[in-house]
Amino acid sequence: MALEFRSVTKEFTTGAGQNLVAVNDIGFRVNEGEFVSVVGPSGCGKSTILSMTAGLYQPTRGEVLVSDEPVSGPNAHVGFMLQKDLLLPWRDIVSNVEFGLEARGVARSERRDRAMAELKRCHLAGFENHFPYQLSGGMRQRAALARTLAIKPEIVLLDEPFSALDAQTKLLLQNSFARTISETGKTTLLITHDLAEAVLMSDRILVLSERPGTVVAEIKVDLPHRDEPLQRRVMPEVSDYAAQIFKHLKLEEKAI
Amino acid sequence: MTQVGSMETGAKAPAEVAKPVMSSQSKTYLASLALLVLVLLAWQFLPPALGVPKFIIPTVTDCLIEMKRMLLQEGLVGHTLSTALYTVLGFAIGSLLGAVIGYLLGMSEFWEKVLSPYILALQIAPKVAFAPLFIMWFGYNAMPKLLVTVLIVFFPVLVNVLQAMRTVDRDLVNLARAYNLSRWGIFMKVEMPSTLPNLMAGLRIASTLAVIGVTVGELVGGNTGLGFLISYGGGQANAAMVFNAIVLLTVIGFLLYTVLVRIEERVLHYLPKAQH
Ligand SMILES: Nc1ncnc2c1ncn2[C@@H]1O[C@H](COP(=O)(O)OP(=O)(O)O)[C@@H](O)[C@H]1O
Ligand SMILES: [Mg+2]
Repeated sequence: MALEFRSVTKEFTTGAGQNLVAVNDIGFRVNEGEFVSVVGPSGCGKSTILSMTAGLYQPTRGEVLVSDEPVSGPNAHVGFMLQKDLLLPWRDIVSNVEFGLEARGVARSERRDRAMAELKRCHLAGFENHFPYQLSGGMRQRAALARTLAIKPEIVLLDEPFSALDAQTKLLLQNSFARTISETGKTTLLITHDLAEAVLMSDRILVLSERPGTVVAEIKVDLPHRDEPLQRRVMPEVSDYAAQIFKHLKLEEKAI
Repeated sequence: MTQVGSMETGAKAPAEVAKPVMSSQSKTYLASLALLVLVLLAWQFLPPALGVPKFIIPTVTDCLIEMKRMLLQEGLVGHTLSTALYTVLGFAIGSLLGAVIGYLLGMSEFWEKVLSPYILALQIAPKVAFAPLFIMWFGYNAMPKLLVTVLIVFFPVLVNVLQAMRTVDRDLVNLARAYNLSRWGIFMKVEMPSTLPNLMAGLRIASTLAVIGVTVGELVGGNTGLGFLISYGGGQANAAMVFNAIVLLTVIGFLLYTVLVRIEERVLHYLPKAQH
């Protein structure tokens, strides 16, 4: 399933009663099975893009389309995952993975089967009866991915899922996420502020401006091994791409 | 794989520190016990040595003798059970009401804002001062003490639940919304469990207040319960009787508190144990 933003603007009313334009006239398309990253300075509206895709709130102007249908609310086609794992601390891991299936009329035994299968896919077999506090940060993010995939979404939204992890865990997790996502063929939108991460994992990168965020550049990553960031990492082109994005972010101008 | 490795070392570490923790625990335990013995000894021997008369500060043995007399002649068991019953009853009703209203207000920002000044005012008002009013309204029966207890228990539970409902992780609620959970489903599966630690803390505070509520209710009216024995004993200048009643009230409060702590440990088993 494809995801499309058509001249989307989102305004928030702040506590003081003023209007705050989070994103302005954003337009892009993510094709079926494609992996697209969104990079941009913090506060430029990246998470807002995710929330609108998940149907948590509506754009002020413009349209968000999933499979050419406007998104009118939370729906089963889209699964998302944040920097916080959002695991329910009072549930063991397998029940956490089942969480998304409970309001969707999936029978109990099927829920368990699907959850166990996703845990296996995310390399967490054997940890189903652990509680979140017993797992490391990396494992908790894997569990969160398993929960996201368990609802069988067509589009996966990832909002800085690796940014709270240490460098090594991050690399390993990027690799295992990339493989899982490519195996399942999900359309993916990754939000990140890590330029290298964007280059390592995506087919295409959208660069957003400062708030109000708008797409200032679109970079196609012409490198093999999208399913294996660890292999991409050693390619010399990676730093060229990163430098290119860096230029679009215009960071030097802000440095004093 | 590195995560698995780090998990294992994580699991090992507490086992290694377990021993010194145990011994320091038994050390504090012993010290507490020694302190108790010391206080009891001082209580037994100091007042007579200083020439303080019995009706001002009775010694430990005086209290024990009086305790036996109260058991045989004053129906102490009945009074104690009555107080315990109303403590538990008042606690149960008050905390149930506090929790239910806390959750209802927690779900409606409008009503919470409308009612919050009054909640604050009532929270500050000394609840035990209502006891004489309740006696005027309901007479010398169990109703006044029950009402005072309910009132005094109600607020800490309400305030804790409300506070917790305000601070439920918005992202967690959004996740539940994205998973198509109904309002009721979000409450049952996300909000309610998220607020459990605060609810339990509120209940713990409430359990200690429940004893105060019942005692005051019994002090100002009626002819049953340990609170009544306090005013009765006070009227007769029988300090030992007052002391004994206070001790038994403390025991009731302590038992209720202990039961709650046990329940809390069960319910909140998923929280990593804090290392004291
Ligand atoms: N619900 C909201 N109400 C008001 N302002 C908001 C809300 N959500 C986000 N914003 C504002 O919109 C801007 C973009 O936020 P966000 O999308 O979270 O940025 P990013 O994820 O790129 O760091 C920020 O200035 C933020 O304060
Ligand atoms: Mg963000």
